[in-house]
Amino acid sequence: MLQIKSIADERGYYGKYGGAWIPEMLRPNIKALEAVYLDILNDAGFQKEYMELLADYTGRPTPLYFAKRLSEKYQANIWLKREDLNHTGAHKINNTIGQVLMAEKLGKKRIIAETGAGQHGVATATVCALRGLECVVHMGALDVERQAPNVARMEMLGAKVIPAKSGNQTLKDATNEALRDWINNPSDTFYIIGSVVGPHPYPEIVAHLQSVISAEIRKQFLEKEGKTDPDYIIACVGGGSNAAGAFYHFIDSDVKLVGVEAAGKGLHTQEHAATINFGREGVLHGAKSLLIQDDDGQVIEPYSVSAGLDYPGIGPLHAWLHDSGRAQFVGASDEEAMEAAMELTRLEGIIPALESAHAFAALKKIDFKPDEHVVINLSGRGDKDMSTYLKYL
Amino acid sequence: MNKLNQLFENKKNNILSIYYTAGYPSLNDTTKIAMQLQKSGVDMIEIGFPFSDPVADGPVIQKSSKQALDNGMNLKLLFDQLAEVKDLTIPRILMGYINPVLSFGVGEFVQKCAEVGVDGVIIPDLPLEEYAANFQPLFEKYGLHNILLVSPETPDERIKEIAKLSSSFIYLVSSNAITGSSLQTNAVSEYFNRVKSLVGDTPLITGFGIRDRKTFQEVCAYTNGAIIGTAFIDAITGKDNLDSAIDDFVKGII
Repeated sequence: MLQIKSIADERGYYGKYGGAWIPEMLRPNIKALEAVYLDILNDAGFQKEYMELLADYTGRPTPLYFAKRLSEKYQANIWLKREDLNHTGAHKINNTIGQVLMAEKLGKKRIIAETGAGQHGVATATVCALRGLECVVHMGALDVERQAPNVARMEMLGAKVIPAKSGNQTLKDATNEALRDWINNPSDTFYIIGSVVGPHPYPEIVAHLQSVISAEIRKQFLEKEGKTDPDYIIACVGGGSNAAGAFYHFIDSDVKLVGVEAAGKGLHTQEHAATINFGREGVLHGAKSLLIQDDDGQVIEPYSVSAGLDYPGIGPLHAWLHDSGRAQFVGASDEEAMEAAMELTRLEGIIPALESAHAFAALKKIDFKPDEHVVINLSGRGDKDMSTYLKYL
Repeated sequence: MNKLNQLFENKKNNILSIYYTAGYPSLNDTTKIAMQLQKSGVDMIEIGFPFSDPVADGPVIQKSSKQALDNGMNLKLLFDQLAEVKDLTIPRILMGYINPVLSFGVGEFVQKCAEVGVDGVIIPDLPLEEYAANFQPLFEKYGLHNILLVSPETPDERIKEIAKLSSSFIYLVSSNAITGSSLQTNAVSEYFNRVKSLVGDTPLITGFGIRDRKTFQEVCAYTNGAIIGTAFIDAITGKDNLDSAIDDFVKGII
């Protein structure tokens, strides 16, 4: 197994982004995690258990599927990394399995998580049921209403869902509540963060745990095409966990990395979640990164039709990939994502999650050469978005 | 010697500090509240500059922050308001989160603090490491005190380090909790004594969970004084006569 090292520097920075901007009350927990996370990730026993669960419980490796009709349409070789086929329906479980094992190693009995659309909440509630741990999920009160099926799933799995009633009652506020919960319960509680955000070492931990996606792409592409590297990797970006996982093993290569942000009602409007395109440097939820904020440094609630992408920040890793020019970030509007979802559904018989649909919308924005190979990370399936899709049809 | 050090020179016990949110209940109440607190006999004031995402605060301060933002409060306006107060003699501290400060510009922020007579700042999400690496020289240049927090889980070595970096007092967080939580004093005496033994002469002011005369006196038995925020904001919320509400509250403590 590959020896896992940190991408961030010893202070948890990717270039000028990252760090651990946290109140003193959270310091001991973060320090404890920082001290052991690399040892745990590199521990043979941990890796064995993690890989076994990924294989037998979530169904990895997920297929790398050649999308023939989509390829014909866009005159390129388009491959789909089928994260939608994971247990619970998205890539989120790659991370929660790893973090729940870490929580056990640290002797924590109570698990908390934040969730937007509910995918990370479901993935956390699932692994807590699997390991017999208490689970509390903080979810914006508005999202609790919007995503009722996922709330029901979490509750059936035994999790307690607490509606976050502060702010605009969405993902940002759920994250605030999860942090407050952790401040109030520092000794028995482990916080499973769902994306490559938060204070160091969380962005590192989540990126490592999601990196199984790009490790598999390399292996599968080699088997199918005789080389490890395609020409493009495309993934949607909210906080950025599926993109981090899909990019991870290609960061030191020539593969073109494309992140697709939610442009909401359009980049010319105020209603979007395009952090890379419109964010300014700032600190939220324990990390310095790009942030959608007003002139006074107040965080602006982002907008997207997709509840999994409407986060005002972005993982510090992505801010750095953008600044250094290593990755390119484009925006896809609600409308474009809807059209892309319909197209994928009718050409390939796959209904994608609304978040993932944004990645497919990028196909229209890039000029591919006919012999180029493009891998799109299909991060989740669309069951949870049926009511939104039905309104659009 | 600045006002803050002078206070600790002159008074060793029962120091009462009151926290309130700038621009709350109304935008222009900031300086009125400061003057009345001084008149009522408070030793020092902490003025909160609001942030959209106050993760270390409970519902009461979250609400006052949101109201203040809705009222139009921002750092520039707060500095303008503070520049107009001429008769305020007690030490004043600004408390808030780092992002509005970064957005304002750290250099400009520190300079403005010095200009309008702010003696120190408390920024919970500005950790010791970031302060020491990037902020300390600027703070020292303008004689602005950075007040650091110690919590029950802070290890001994770090407490000593914090004491070394503290040029005025240490903000002792009473328990593992966000603001506005209740405090069990009997459970924390060991913690208070442990911190006292580690920080030498650095004054300790306790915050989080102090809400009335009883809890104030309980923590003052161990430390130099205490900060009351949530209970004060509760006491002035919805009151027609702010001055008398403030006076009643303070008289109920000291």
